[in-house]
Amino acid sequence: MALDRLTGDNSIVFIRSEQLFDIARTNSLWYMAFGIACCAIEGLMSASGPRFDFDRMGVFFRNSPRQADVMIVAGTVNLKMAETVRRLYEQMPEPRWVVAMGACASTGGPFREYPNVVMGVDKVVPVDVYIPGCPPRPESVQYAFLELRKKIRAKTEDRLAARRQK
Amino acid sequence: MSDPRTTVTTPGLLAEGTHDPGTPPAGIKRAPTGVDHLATEHLVINMGPQHPSTHGVLRLLIEVDGEEVVTVEVSVGYLHRGIEKLAEHRRFNAIGTLMDRGDYVSGIHGETAVALAVERLMEIEVPRKAQWLRSLAAELNRIASHLVWFGTFGLDTGGMGQFLYAMRDREAILDILEAITGQRMMFNYARPGGVVADLPVGIDEKIRAFCDTFDTYLDEHHALLGGNEIFQGRVKGIGIIDAEKAFAFGLTGANLRGAGVDFDVRKKRPYDAYPELDWEVPLGSAGDAWDRYMVRMGEMRQSARMIRQLIDGIPEGEHTAKVPKVLRPPAGEIYACVESSRGETGIHLVTDGGDTPYRMHYRAPSIFALQAVEDIVPGHLIADTVMMVGSTDVMLGETDR
Repeated sequence: MALDRLTGDNSIVFIRSEQLFDIARTNSLWYMAFGIACCAIEGLMSASGPRFDFDRMGVFFRNSPRQADVMIVAGTVNLKMAETVRRLYEQMPEPRWVVAMGACASTGGPFREYPNVVMGVDKVVPVDVYIPGCPPRPESVQYAFLELRKKIRAKTEDRLAARRQK
Repeated sequence: MSDPRTTVTTPGLLAEGTHDPGTPPAGIKRAPTGVDHLATEHLVINMGPQHPSTHGVLRLLIEVDGEEVVTVEVSVGYLHRGIEKLAEHRRFNAIGTLMDRGDYVSGIHGETAVALAVERLMEIEVPRKAQWLRSLAAELNRIASHLVWFGTFGLDTGGMGQFLYAMRDREAILDILEAITGQRMMFNYARPGGVVADLPVGIDEKIRAFCDTFDTYLDEHHALLGGNEIFQGRVKGIGIIDAEKAFAFGLTGANLRGAGVDFDVRKKRPYDAYPELDWEVPLGSAGDAWDRYMVRMGEMRQSARMIRQLIDGIPEGEHTAKVPKVLRPPAGEIYACVESSRGETGIHLVTDGGDTPYRMHYRAPSIFALQAVEDIVPGHLIADTVMMVGSTDVMLGETDR
C-alpha cells in the first residue's frame, strides 16, 4: 500500500494515523546487524549483497539496536548468548519485531540435544516470524519480511475493525 | 568470579597525580598508569558480542589509555553448541553435518577432515575421481570463504564497495557449489569413501567461465581495496606476527604464511588431489596485516589456477568407494588434517569399534589466532583492534565449536 497509489493527481486522502504509520513502518523495516552463527552469512550478508539486495524493499541493516526495528535472530542461541539477546531486544525502540531465522533459532535445530543450547529463541524474546531451513535461503528471509509486513498491517486493521464494531 | 560489566564502571580520581583504577575485571592485567605526573584514567571498553566488526559473536574487553589499547581480553563461548560432544552421538556419515556448522563459511574442509580420518582408520581406498571432486569443491569453497573475509575486512576499514563486489562473485561460486552439492553453505558433500554425487552435466562450462572471469575480477578487487592508499596506510605495519610468535601461538594458514613460513598442509601432508596439481604457496615476509591480506589474495589466485587444472583433468571412474551404510571403524585413534581457509583444521578421532566415535576433537585454527590477537593488539589504537581481528580471519563458529 503505497501512498501514491491512494492519491491521484491533487487529491486529498483521508487516512487513519495508524495506517499512515503502518505505511512508513512496513516500507522501512531496518534490521539489526547482529549475526550469531551460520544463518548470519545467508540472512544478513547475502541479504545486503548485490543479488538479493533487501535494500530495495526498504530492509537495511543498522548497527545499533537503538536504530533497529527488526531483530533477525540468525543462529543458535546458547545460555551465554541468551542474556545478550534479551538485552539487545530491550534496547530496541518500540514497535519492534523479531524474526527467528533457521532451525536453531526456531527450535534449537541440530544442536537441541546439547544442554547449553536454548530450544528456540522464543524462550527468550517474543518471536513474530519463524523461518524454517538450515540455513534458510535469502529468498526465505525476503518472504519472512513480506509476511511481517502483512502481520503489521493486519494488526492495525483488526484494531480498526474492533473500534468500528463498538 | 564477578561480572566484569558491573565492576568496570567504578573508576574515580583519588588525589592529584594518583589514580586508583579499581579492581580489575576478571583476567584483565593492569598496566602501570601515569606518565610525567599526568595521571590518565584507564577505561575498560566492552566490544561485542553484538558488534558489526567482530565477525560473529566475539566479545573483546579492551582496556584503553586514551586512544591506546593497554590490554585486551578475548571472551569466547557465545556460540558454544557442543559439536565435539554431539559428534559422539552421530554416525560417521553424519559428523560432516556438524562440521559444516563449525566453520560455516568453508564447510567442505571440515567434512573432508572427518572423511579422511575415517578412511584412514578403515583403510578405505578412495577412488581417484572422488579425490579430485573433493579438491574441486574445497578450492571453490576456499575462494568463497576468502571473498567473505575480503568483503568484511574492507568493511572493517570503512569501505563498502568491495563487499558488494565480493558478494557478487561469491554468489557465482555458490551457484556452482549448489549445483554440485545441493546446498549453498551446508554441503555434507565429502563423506567417508568419496563424495555424495558426481558432477552434474554441464557444470564444467560454468566453472571454466567463472575461472576466466575471476582472474580479472580479482585484479579489480585488489585495485579497489588494496590499491587504496587509506587502506594501505591502515594495514601496513599493523599487527605484526613474526614467525617466532606465530609458532609460539600455534598459528597455521595465512596467518603463519604471512610471516614467511612455508607451511601448507596441502604441500606438507598431501591429501586428495593436491600432490598432482601444479601450484605455489603465496608467502609474506613481515607478518603484518598487509602481508596476510596479500597472502589471501594470492591464495584465491592459486585456487582459481587449481580449479582450472582440476576441471580439465577430472579422471574417469566412480565418485565413491564401496562402503557399508553403517561405518564401524576398528578401535583406534587417528588424526587427520586439511588446509582449510583459516589454517590447519584437524580431526582427532578415538573409536571403540562402534558406529559412533568414542571421542572427537576438533582442531580449529581460529582459536589460536584469537590468542595471537590478545598479544598483538596492545600498543595499537582502538580503531586498529578491529583491523587486527579482521586480518587474522577468525571464525567464531569453529572457535566456540
